[in-house]
Amino acid sequence: MRYLPLSPEDRAEMLDVIGAKSVDEFYADVPEAARLKGTIEGLPNHQGELAVERHLSKLAAKNRSASSGPFFVGAGAYQHHVPATVDMIIQRSEFLTTYTPYQPEIAQGTLQTLFEFQTQVAAMTAMDVANASMYDGSTACAEAAIMATRVTRRKKVILSGGLHPHYAAATKMVCEAQGFEVVQLPVAIDDENALAEAVDDATACVIGQSPNVFGTVTDLSKSADAAHEKGALLVSVFTEAVSLGLVTPPGEMGADIAVGEGQSIGNGLSFGGPYVGLFACTQKLVRQMPGRLCGETEDADGKRGFVLTLSTREQHIRRDKATSNICTNSGLCALAFTAHMTLLGGKGLEQMALLNHEAACDLADALDEIDGVEILTPRFFNEFAFRTPMDAEAVLAMLDEAGVVGGVRASRLFPEGHMGDMILCAATECTTPEDIAAYAAALKEII
Amino acid sequence: MTRYTQPTTFYTKEHEWVTVHNDLATVGITHYAENQLGDIVFVELPDVGAEFATGDDMAVVESVKAASDVYAPIAGKVVEVNAVLADKPETVNESPREKGWFCVLEIKDGAEIASLMDEEAYKAFCEGL
Amino acid sequence: MTMNNHGRPTSPDHVPSDRNVETVSGSRGLLQHEGLIFEVGTPETTGVDLPKPKNRTGRLGGVARKKGTGLPGLSEPQAVRHYMRLSQKNYAIDLGLFPLGSCTMKHNPRLNEKLARLPGFADIHPLQPQATVQGALELIDELATWLKTLTGMPAVAMSPKAGAHGEFCGMMAIRQALIARGEGETRKRVLVPASAHGTNPATAVQCGFVVDEIKANERGRVNMDQLREKLHNADDIAGIMLTNPNTCGLFESDIREIADLIHEAGGYFYCDGANFNAIVGRVRPGDLGVDAMHINLHKTFSTPHGGGGPGSGPTVLSEALAPYAPVPFVVKDEDGVFRLVEDVEGDASESFGRMVAFHGQMGMFVRALTYILSHGADGLKQASEDAVLNANYIQARLKSVMTPAFDGYCMHEALFSDAFTAEGIETIDIAKSLIDEGYHPMTMYFPLVVHGAMLIEPTESESKAELDRFCDSLESIARRAAQGDDTLKGAPYLAPMRRLDETKAARKPILKWVEANADSVAAE
Repeated sequence: MRYLPLSPEDRAEMLDVIGAKSVDEFYADVPEAARLKGTIEGLPNHQGELAVERHLSKLAAKNRSASSGPFFVGAGAYQHHVPATVDMIIQRSEFLTTYTPYQPEIAQGTLQTLFEFQTQVAAMTAMDVANASMYDGSTACAEAAIMATRVTRRKKVILSGGLHPHYAAATKMVCEAQGFEVVQLPVAIDDENALAEAVDDATACVIGQSPNVFGTVTDLSKSADAAHEKGALLVSVFTEAVSLGLVTPPGEMGADIAVGEGQSIGNGLSFGGPYVGLFACTQKLVRQMPGRLCGETEDADGKRGFVLTLSTREQHIRRDKATSNICTNSGLCALAFTAHMTLLGGKGLEQMALLNHEAACDLADALDEIDGVEILTPRFFNEFAFRTPMDAEAVLAMLDEAGVVGGVRASRLFPEGHMGDMILCAATECTTPEDIAAYAAALKEII
Repeated sequence: MTRYTQPTTFYTKEHEWVTVHNDLATVGITHYAENQLGDIVFVELPDVGAEFATGDDMAVVESVKAASDVYAPIAGKVVEVNAVLADKPETVNESPREKGWFCVLEIKDGAEIASLMDEEAYKAFCEGL
Repeated sequence: MTMNNHGRPTSPDHVPSDRNVETVSGSRGLLQHEGLIFEVGTPETTGVDLPKPKNRTGRLGGVARKKGTGLPGLSEPQAVRHYMRLSQKNYAIDLGLFPLGSCTMKHNPRLNEKLARLPGFADIHPLQPQATVQGALELIDELATWLKTLTGMPAVAMSPKAGAHGEFCGMMAIRQALIARGEGETRKRVLVPASAHGTNPATAVQCGFVVDEIKANERGRVNMDQLREKLHNADDIAGIMLTNPNTCGLFESDIREIADLIHEAGGYFYCDGANFNAIVGRVRPGDLGVDAMHINLHKTFSTPHGGGGPGSGPTVLSEALAPYAPVPFVVKDEDGVFRLVEDVEGDASESFGRMVAFHGQMGMFVRALTYILSHGADGLKQASEDAVLNANYIQARLKSVMTPAFDGYCMHEALFSDAFTAEGIETIDIAKSLIDEGYHPMTMYFPLVVHGAMLIEPTESESKAELDRFCDSLESIARRAAQGDDTLKGAPYLAPMRRLDETKAARKPILKWVEANADSVAAE
């Protein structure tokens, strides 16, 4: 077995040193009835690389990868090009196979990249501080809601009708478990500032999204002002991090907490995970923030260095009084994010964002020309919703036959929303004019 | 019930000190406590106006690796907090009994003072630890 | 013959021995100095060549960013060097033994990485039509099958993102089951041993439960008398959260009785599966009476820790809890088609809801399945046994110079207290001295129930020679600690950094780079 260095002779020699006859003695505390007799049911014995690779490759071959043809699915995860350098960096053993940097003397590599990551996320969201990442955007959103209840000591959380329904579900579940009230505003393509009317004196926070799940971009300043007037917080959500290069960021709208999905930068689609949750807030709230934080300090020789800090908020110290039960961030995905951002720079991000926007505008123009298609999203970044004269599921299946993965049917995300004729689609820098032409031609054919 | 017209200091088993003066009680942690905690990096103080019953979590004092709750030694309403601690938490280490006070409570029930230790009793209590 | 007289001899006799060399660059030979990207790069630079935008009319409707990010970029060679130089300041499993107890830092096979990067897994979207991702759904189903088989449990929730998220999943399932029984409001008390991971009490509270701590006995196991007392006529009990093998590295010998007692009291048994690596192939948690257990794929199943995530925490569930599993999950229909159940209805009408966007950590699923198939039935069992053998070997080799916390054999990790150290020398000094010897420290001061705890988990990935070398180092440090050697207190001396000032970092937190005289300033 290629992964196990001990030889039978080593094992015998070690048992001798220990004074045990066999490893069975180590398992003496296991109740007799619970000792597994025989082998693991159904699992073959160990296999070489080639055999395992064959099996997994067969499974992989049954999937249609995004890059293998025109591809327009967004709604929370996005196809982007990741520079080759990024994958090389995250496969460095020293980053890939190390632990959380609790021993700063031998973890400055990870720590410095986290400090850089935090600075980048703070600048991109235009917020004061960012943490070292969360599991993903949806769990970051849930944690933001909980944080707001802690800060305001109030128990009501209001979700906009444009919030990604998976984010809304994850947030609702976490809040209700702790006895908080969650108010979900009616699903709406363009009504993010309905939050402003809904906020009251009992509200801990309002949660709005821009660009929202239908792609609509909204200046949430009005909701921020209304929330602040009532002593509540604005949590501003995004699922497409590239939008931060072009669209009004949370900090410019007066958000108290900004959360979002960072997958778009540095991380592949990977069928939904692992991704990287971004979490930023105002300076005033920093000690209420969940998750890990990296901070600057000095070593015994006066050299600048970095450590994990403010850890008294965390579960391993506060236990049942912790700000969150989280003990993992998304370290390697955060590294991919920061490495990609370091290559892009602010200028590259803006350019990439503009390319995304232009591709989506071109797509909207092309689809808009087809009789029966109605673009529903009034203002957008790189994704939008449109109505077809037929059932969306049937349209997407026919598009698939024509080699085009045309988007997500809205009814998959909102099963009770009576949106059977709506498709959500996205375009990115990966989208070519030929892809757009193929989509428009196939759709025209179908309807 | 004794009324303390001169500042008089009492102690709790949780290593807090309480200086009672007329209707007010100033609360902090003892030298023993700050020494056990080590370098204090943050103090979370209650809001002015907050009311506490005896034994309620009132404040949190944090060192690098530990966070400890500070309990209300007697019931009361917070009338003042030590703003210096927000910027200089190390004050608690440097001057636990003077500059490092946490907050001032308006005493709700003066009879509760009788349940606290005086200096001698507290000294004996610490020696017994 | 040709006379090449340009070479110069470098025998040590001719070299001055002064080691305190000052350098202008700040580098130390192979250890290169590297500033922050904000000091190295410029806002004008970009290391990505993108096409020129057309500058067509946009559809943002004026919701545009006012102020740029101002973030610097690096050219590709600069970026590569930046990260290579930083990487050399990290310790890693690929460099040496990483004996962090409770963390299972085992070898991360490179085949896992290769297969996770196949476009058919890495480049598929979670919301693609399900007909176009049948292989992905089949993979999730196959991994789920093996996780159920290895644990002897009937169901598994695949979506939890990490261990603590899996705990949350299990405890939410318990909460939902209690609600279904009409006892959601009355059964709020969860028993948690004092030795538990901090995530256990934190999770219980997040699910709306109240934590009631139970003590360990002198053998490092649950104190059964106290447990019985706490469960006597207790109609407020929701369940127990127990790690097994426990955080002292010991198998809870009374575990079946614990399960029976908790079930008789009307509660459920949550098992923290962090230490599953000790028993894979030898014990199935389902046979111990467990109702829910998370599996850390990044521990037992070798997915990389990545400097702090991403993790993955599939959570197995008993018959009693299975109906309440979160969405989404994969089912295989009679016609062989795999289908995602994504909403709380139909097959999932009793589900406690959705924990996260999409379907879980697919990238980690590929790696874990690769690990399981590579090891096979014989390899998985052997790996557990080797992990336990290695830990016992370390305990045996060090027990004469260090103080084992408990008598007898351990499971996959050896636990010592600081009783053997001289006055003034602490666990942290021993741990930091290991760094100078070329090792990552062991887990320190955990579990909380052992004074100055040192928890050493070698895993199965170490050869006997590596273990001996490690034991020689730790033995020597332990002797010096017993003698009160003060120099330990300054360790490490040979790492990229000396001990860092954590007090300074926490008092005035500097959490991002701020431009001001090229120095960072306090962010407060």
